[in-house]
Amino acid sequence: MRAVPRPPLPWGWAEPQPPVLVAAATAGARVAASAPARRCFPGRRYAGERGSRRWRRHQGAQALLRVVRAPRGEQLLCEASTVLKYVQEDSCQRGIYGKLVCTDFKIAFLGDDESALDNDETQFKNKVIGENDITLHCVDQIYGVFDEKKKTLFGQLKKYPEKLIIHCKDLRVFHFCLRYTKEEEVKRIVSGIIHHTQAPKLLKRLFLFSYAAAARNSTATDPKNHTVMFETLQDWCWELERTKGNMKYKAVRVNEGYRVSERLPEYFVVPTPLPEEDVPRFQGHGIPMWCWSCHNGCALLKMSALPKEQDDAVLQVQKSFLDGVYKTIHRPPYEIVKTEDLSSSFLSLQDIQTAHSKFKQLFLIDNSTEFWDTDIKWFSLLESSSWLDIIRRCLKKAIEITECLEAQNMNVLLLEENASDLCCLISSLVQVMMDPHCRTRVGFQSLVQKEWIMGGHCFLDRCNHLRQSDKEEVPVFLLFLDCVWQLVHQHPPAFEFTETYLTVLSDSLYIPIFSTFFFNSPHQKDTNMGRESQDTQGKPLNLLTVWDWSVQFEPKAQTLLKNPLYVEKPKLDKGQRKGMRFKHQRQLSLPLTQSKSSPKRGFFREETDHLIKNLLGKRISKLINSSDELQDNFREFYDSWHSKPTDYHGLLLPHIEGPEIKVWAQRYLRWIPEAQILGGGRVATMSKLLEMMEEVQSLQEKIDERHHGQVALQAEASSLLRASARLSSLFPFALLQRHSSKPVLPTSGWKALGDEEDLARREDESVDVGDL
Amino acid sequence: MLPGPLDFSDTISSMASAPTSKYNSHSLENESIKRTSRDGVNWDLSEAVPRLPGETRVADKEVIYICPFNGPIKGRVYITNYRLYLRSLETDSALILDVPLGVISRIEKMGGATSRGENSYGLDITCKDMRNLRFALKQEGHSRRDMFEILTRHAFPLAHSLPIFAFLNEEKFNVDGWLVYNPVEEYRRQGLPNHHWRITFINKCYELCDTYPSLLVVPYRASDEDLRRVATFRSRNRIPATGGGYESDDAYHNAELFFLDIHNIHVMRESLKKVKDIVYPNVEESHWLSSLESTHWLEHIKLVLTGAIQVADKVSSGKSSVLVHCSDGWDRTAQLTSLAMLMLDSFYRSIEGFEILVQKEWISFGHKFASRIGHGDKNHADADRSPIFLQFIDCVWQMSKQFPTAFEFNEQFLITILDHLYSCRFGTFLYNCESARERQKVTERTVSLWSLINSNKDKFKNPFYTKEINRVLYPVASMRHLELWVNYYIRWNPRIKQQQPNPVEQRYLELLALRDEYIKRLEELQLANSAKLSDPSTSPSSPSQMMPHVQTHF
Repeated sequence: MRAVPRPPLPWGWAEPQPPVLVAAATAGARVAASAPARRCFPGRRYAGERGSRRWRRHQGAQALLRVVRAPRGEQLLCEASTVLKYVQEDSCQRGIYGKLVCTDFKIAFLGDDESALDNDETQFKNKVIGENDITLHCVDQIYGVFDEKKKTLFGQLKKYPEKLIIHCKDLRVFHFCLRYTKEEEVKRIVSGIIHHTQAPKLLKRLFLFSYAAAARNSTATDPKNHTVMFETLQDWCWELERTKGNMKYKAVRVNEGYRVSERLPEYFVVPTPLPEEDVPRFQGHGIPMWCWSCHNGCALLKMSALPKEQDDAVLQVQKSFLDGVYKTIHRPPYEIVKTEDLSSSFLSLQDIQTAHSKFKQLFLIDNSTEFWDTDIKWFSLLESSSWLDIIRRCLKKAIEITECLEAQNMNVLLLEENASDLCCLISSLVQVMMDPHCRTRVGFQSLVQKEWIMGGHCFLDRCNHLRQSDKEEVPVFLLFLDCVWQLVHQHPPAFEFTETYLTVLSDSLYIPIFSTFFFNSPHQKDTNMGRESQDTQGKPLNLLTVWDWSVQFEPKAQTLLKNPLYVEKPKLDKGQRKGMRFKHQRQLSLPLTQSKSSPKRGFFREETDHLIKNLLGKRISKLINSSDELQDNFREFYDSWHSKPTDYHGLLLPHIEGPEIKVWAQRYLRWIPEAQILGGGRVATMSKLLEMMEEVQSLQEKIDERHHGQVALQAEASSLLRASARLSSLFPFALLQRHSSKPVLPTSGWKALGDEEDLARREDESVDVGDL
Repeated sequence: MLPGPLDFSDTISSMASAPTSKYNSHSLENESIKRTSRDGVNWDLSEAVPRLPGETRVADKEVIYICPFNGPIKGRVYITNYRLYLRSLETDSALILDVPLGVISRIEKMGGATSRGENSYGLDITCKDMRNLRFALKQEGHSRRDMFEILTRHAFPLAHSLPIFAFLNEEKFNVDGWLVYNPVEEYRRQGLPNHHWRITFINKCYELCDTYPSLLVVPYRASDEDLRRVATFRSRNRIPATGGGYESDDAYHNAELFFLDIHNIHVMRESLKKVKDIVYPNVEESHWLSSLESTHWLEHIKLVLTGAIQVADKVSSGKSSVLVHCSDGWDRTAQLTSLAMLMLDSFYRSIEGFEILVQKEWISFGHKFASRIGHGDKNHADADRSPIFLQFIDCVWQMSKQFPTAFEFNEQFLITILDHLYSCRFGTFLYNCESARERQKVTERTVSLWSLINSNKDKFKNPFYTKEINRVLYPVASMRHLELWVNYYIRWNPRIKQQQPNPVEQRYLELLALRDEYIKRLEELQLANSAKLSDPSTSPSSPSQMMPHVQTHF
């Protein structure tokens, strides 16, 4: 297998290659021994094997592989032919025959008649995941249909279903009919799929590693990617400088090599007067960590609680330790610090988990009947999931914190058990709202790096990528994206990225070629990718970051990630800038009236004890400031902001009233053909806008041309939107095409009116009866 | 929200409804702290009240307006024969309330002689446009009784043998909205009469059916004698006649019967009441979705749309005509036919086309506007009242939301129509049928709403409109896409977002302006170049520095 290496393809992709039977041991991952046949789709550098006997034995599979986009190192585990995939079209179903395969990366359906599948109309192709590909991590639930009855499939099966239904985490639903498939193949593919998507995995067995091993020699980094990764001390210093936080805060290297804590990143930022030797005392617990500084100098901090202790002596030690910490930041210039305990008075992870599992079920729809049956009850079903209410609560919390920082000039310290779930969520939401830089693409990506990746959010556990049976998916990050979507939706010109960007980012959580969302902490990533795995060639594995969007999308498709409504902040010269800043401050800050100030605000004297109790685990539900006063401040701040014109480069607040929190339709409804508005939706106006932009740009070029006497370069402006005459509201995701213009008609009837029944029976015009 | 600069001509025509600024979606709304610029610019300061030609002042009084959003505000209320106008007397509030008396549905006294609490004695005014107004008055000096009586007299002129304001309105427009709809011309546009359908004058003097128009299109083979016989069997002699006038075979062969499950006018009225309960004055917060569902309002919208889609689908797919009827023939019928026509015929999606549609299917065919709205009538509890037309406009809004490039008109157009459905400033929606309108000489004695709109069309235009002649438009009648029309139903609440100007629209308009500028510039350059062909070096400084370059991401 050690063929002469050939120059790697850009981004490390292999063109589809014929399959090769692999000898028992390769550098790639070993998947459970139950896998029947093992083939791999090697990269181009293995092409020398083409003439081998092994290859010829499997020539039969060649046809179907033409459409497989196989990442390096991918291995075929099992397959079944004459599988019928249902395609819903114009509210009737038809089928496409093909082969269903399961690899160590994905489940894929390969149509016998390629032309029926390889639809060039799909303008927004993902280079990694085809429309009939499901990564193993993306599988949510598998159902079998036995004699018309749908049952969840798991574990060892005694009987094999005639139909397989796969619900995906990106909300696609696949129906495969196995009636025409050989019994042996049915058994193999069904048990294979169940095993590979449901059985607990070891971290080392993630496809990520076989992929990285196979792509070891490729240089797959995008030089133009300016996302700050926060992997170095310089990155943190740069961020401190950018936010002018370097006056009061310092970046420290005390955790270099993860000496102090495996939970924390190697570098982070703490208050300048805090002695570095304090950090290791409780492995970084009880240390206020800097997240971000506001233009007025107030900072957002987070802190993980100290371990719960029963022993009085230890408690005493903890208390005096915290006392010391607080005394440090009680001096000028910190003074007022408001604490916000996110693990007691706010959401629980359980709330999020329950809400999401109810919510997603509303969109995993098997057929038209189900769609219309749930339609009449739609709003109450939505409400009973609580998902939108949870979004509202997160946004509200973020506004409250923003109000403290912006209007009350207070520092805010977020507290949480490990400071790695709701802390990540709330602190990044606050930054998206307050810092316009976080609303650019690079700024947003850097924010995710800073707060989520380096902040130690346990992506591996929260997504349950390892399918551990005692864990369930808790989509905290998805909740964050949904909150950001609400802002994007309410203030479209304020963001450099589009909702499509958020949608594909949410999909990327389940693509195991990017390291970004597959570890619990930077330490876990480093130990697994670097030092320990210097096995074969003595080089650390080179992993892709999700921020390299060229891995997934061609430049043309990437234009859909950029918001045409976004206008960069005009650059001003120095004289102007000063005035601008003044204006900005005036616009953002509310006058601090006397009535608002309260002795409670300087919490240190009065509240240190209280706070310490809090930190030590004696949770109380109400916090110091959550009184009527807080509500009033909140309302005033909120109302006052909304009564002014929006500065898209300034503070941005969401509306949180009932009608304003919406379902992220693009993400959640995109695969449901009944929900498709042909030629409608917001994409209709956006494509008009882009058309006009192109026209204006070409006119601009013509003018320049006339002036400079040179032929301007024709901009590559042929936008995707323009290509097709009539787009669907689900663009760019409309997987199921509706070709006819027949209307979709609801199939279910009227719900009982209850107390209005007698009204309903009345005639419209009682006077008219007998009027003849 | 920026109060746009107002041009004076605009002011005269529309100040009463105050939809003036094109950035402002709340036509009648004035309850806002930001809009100080409007007064003073618009009106004679000595009067301090805007007045339409023909509008006369009746009374004024100092009151306390109990604003549900900002608390009590001291102000002076001016009552004319057309409107109630309140101006804040407090220095820190520029609040203005401008309410045509026509929108008032009910006036109640609140508090009695023994009332103790502050501001508990006064008037509570219920409006037809989803709001209530409360004024606190002094207990002494009969001030409440006077105000109650004056308001009652002018808000409900019918009970006091007073004319409706539309007959007093002396506004002049440069377009005559009454000429928008000409039945013969409209039938001709549709290719009627043809060998299936004929025009009959049988109802010329409304002797066959007094609630039908004088000109009718009926099946070719039905003789006038047949029609007279049929008429006696139908409620109020309302015979089947064409609405859409579609391409068709013999109308009544192979008639297919389907029931649309749409509820009656009483259910609709109660449903709208529930909507008001959850949005005014406070928007239900934590249980918004289930409260919304319990109003059933969107469910009714869904069913009406579904019915219309079915009708449109039958007409366009089969060769059959569709006979739409309900128990009496002027409520759901009008909704279904007009919505189906809107789906099938792109003409009706233009501003004038829509006006013709309303004029024909609703006004001319005898939707009982007077009974359903209760213009100038004090009987607020009348069982005949029902928001059928509002429901239709809501359906149109839902369609325009789903197809944002398919309609020539914008949201403001629909809101303006609804505002003047109640305002009584125009004759357009007065009376129950054509014969009554003719008796009252409405077209001679009143102004048409279409005059206001058509003389100022730009304000009501959707910049994204793309004319697509043969495009059939089927909305998706699913709750997943239907939403409460916040900019109409919740427009009085300052907390609810009114995204005006819509940023996409604004950006588009900017680009349009830039395009025009560039085109002009290019033409100038072409001229200059041809003039200065001999000396190319003297071209002016780079235009890219002089002109704002559009910032785009391609």
